[in-house]
Amino acid sequence: MNEATQQTPVLEARNIGKSLGGRPILSDLSLSVYKGEMKVLIGPSGAGKSTFLQCLNHLITPDTGELLLNGERISPANKGELRSLRERVGMIFQDFNLFDHLTAQENVSIALVKVKKMSRRDASLRAMMELERVGLSRRAGLYPAELSGGQKQRVAIARALAMDPEVILLDEPTSALDPELVGEVLAAIRELARGGMTMIMATHQMDFARALATEILFMEKGAIIERGAPASLLAPGAKTRTQAFFARLVAEESAC
Amino acid sequence: MLSLDMFWNRVIPALNEGLFFSLSLIIPSAVIGFLGGVCIGALRVYAPPAVRRIADFHVGVIRGVPLLLQLYFLYYALPKWGVRFSPYQAALLGFILCSSAYHSEYIRGALLSIRQGQVKAAYALGFSTLQMALCIVIPQAVRRALPGCGNEIIYLIKYSSLAYVLTFIELTGHAKELTARSFHYIEIYFTAGMYYLAMTSLAAWLLGLLEKKTRIPGFGAQK
Ligand SMILES: Nc1ncnc2c1ncn2[C@@H]1O[C@H](COP(=O)(O)OP(=O)(O)OP(=O)(O)O)[C@@H](O)[C@H]1O
Ligand SMILES: [Mg+2]
Repeated sequence: MNEATQQTPVLEARNIGKSLGGRPILSDLSLSVYKGEMKVLIGPSGAGKSTFLQCLNHLITPDTGELLLNGERISPANKGELRSLRERVGMIFQDFNLFDHLTAQENVSIALVKVKKMSRRDASLRAMMELERVGLSRRAGLYPAELSGGQKQRVAIARALAMDPEVILLDEPTSALDPELVGEVLAAIRELARGGMTMIMATHQMDFARALATEILFMEKGAIIERGAPASLLAPGAKTRTQAFFARLVAEESAC
Repeated sequence: MLSLDMFWNRVIPALNEGLFFSLSLIIPSAVIGFLGGVCIGALRVYAPPAVRRIADFHVGVIRGVPLLLQLYFLYYALPKWGVRFSPYQAALLGFILCSSAYHSEYIRGALLSIRQGQVKAAYALGFSTLQMALCIVIPQAVRRALPGCGNEIIYLIKYSSLAYVLTFIELTGHAKELTARSFHYIEIYFTAGMYYLAMTSLAAWLLGLLEKKTRIPGFGAQK
């Protein structure tokens, strides 16, 4: 890899701002993620994590700021450019958002056919490969309603991976899951990280963040108020907002 | 009593002819009405507000005015403005307009019921709006709308008899003409009724079959 690509972030957001319903939701957020990095967004409910992630692939159009994919500025007015941005930036949602009328395999293959213009045959083969990777090749013919939450989220991961994205955005991928199903999804994401996938993930899984994040960004009221490597933010005795936030989460969990 | 001979040689052939004319109205009205309903329903959900309001208004008028009056209007009033239809054309147009308005109601409801998250997921994968609508939303919405649209088609089979008032002599018209000549009201109207019942039963059976064929686990009308 040459010097230039080493220094160009895969995805860069500059001074993103967004108001919704007349209320500022995000103010002046900037973030650069480099190849193979995993940025973890944490923060209380309503902090704006989901809104920010959706600004990063223009599912929500930011009011201000700009996005650069591999150093190229995305112009939001250009529909083709937006579609190609979304094609290259994968997204995993909290509530899976599988297509209810398609089997697991079709869920993965449909965008290959419609967006990547692959032949049906190649798309199906590729879909099987991706399902295999998340351990679901034997569930390929089942519909979303026939899958557990954990399996649905793994299909969603396969669906995103099949597009060969340059970066994947994950919005609390395990929050909607029963506790016993969290592990299988985190394992799939860990596998991605190990494979060098670039990711930006909102999560409340502290151990996961500690182990895998290159940087933790703590968000509150639409702003990043603390950022740093997990080793420093979560060091024993560190008096950081991040540390306090996780301590409270742990306390709440043991309380109920 | 109506003699058996007359029944088989006069009544049944006349009703069969009427049935043929009825079907020539019902089948195109059902097909075009449904497709039109899908288009209008989609416009009422996705079109820009101005178009949406026009489509809503159109459906409001069609649903709010008696069909009989609409048919009279098409056939007797429009010629005053130089627009002339044959009885068949006027009836067909009236039924298509009516049917598509009702179908659009079911389609609209079904479109609105599709979880917004799936739309987001489609966009996040790089789908265009048209691809999203054609590949994700419409296939699901049509399944959801199927029971309602099926009902509308059953209604259509019955209200197709209104074509009689535009002098388009279909099944009901033939029955009426037969009784005018023979006065066997009970037998003839009863038999004509059985024809309609057969058509609606067949339609209901076919629609049930279609629902079964397109059923997807955990989707649509769960019982
Ligand atoms: N369409 C909208 N209109 C108005 N306000 C909105 C809209 N969508 C989100 N908000 C507000 O924006 C704020 C940020 O929401 P967001 O979902 O991004 O938070 P979050 O950090 O993802 O929270 P959570 O942890 O609950 O998912 C919230 O206060 C929310 O009420
Ligand atoms: Mg959120």
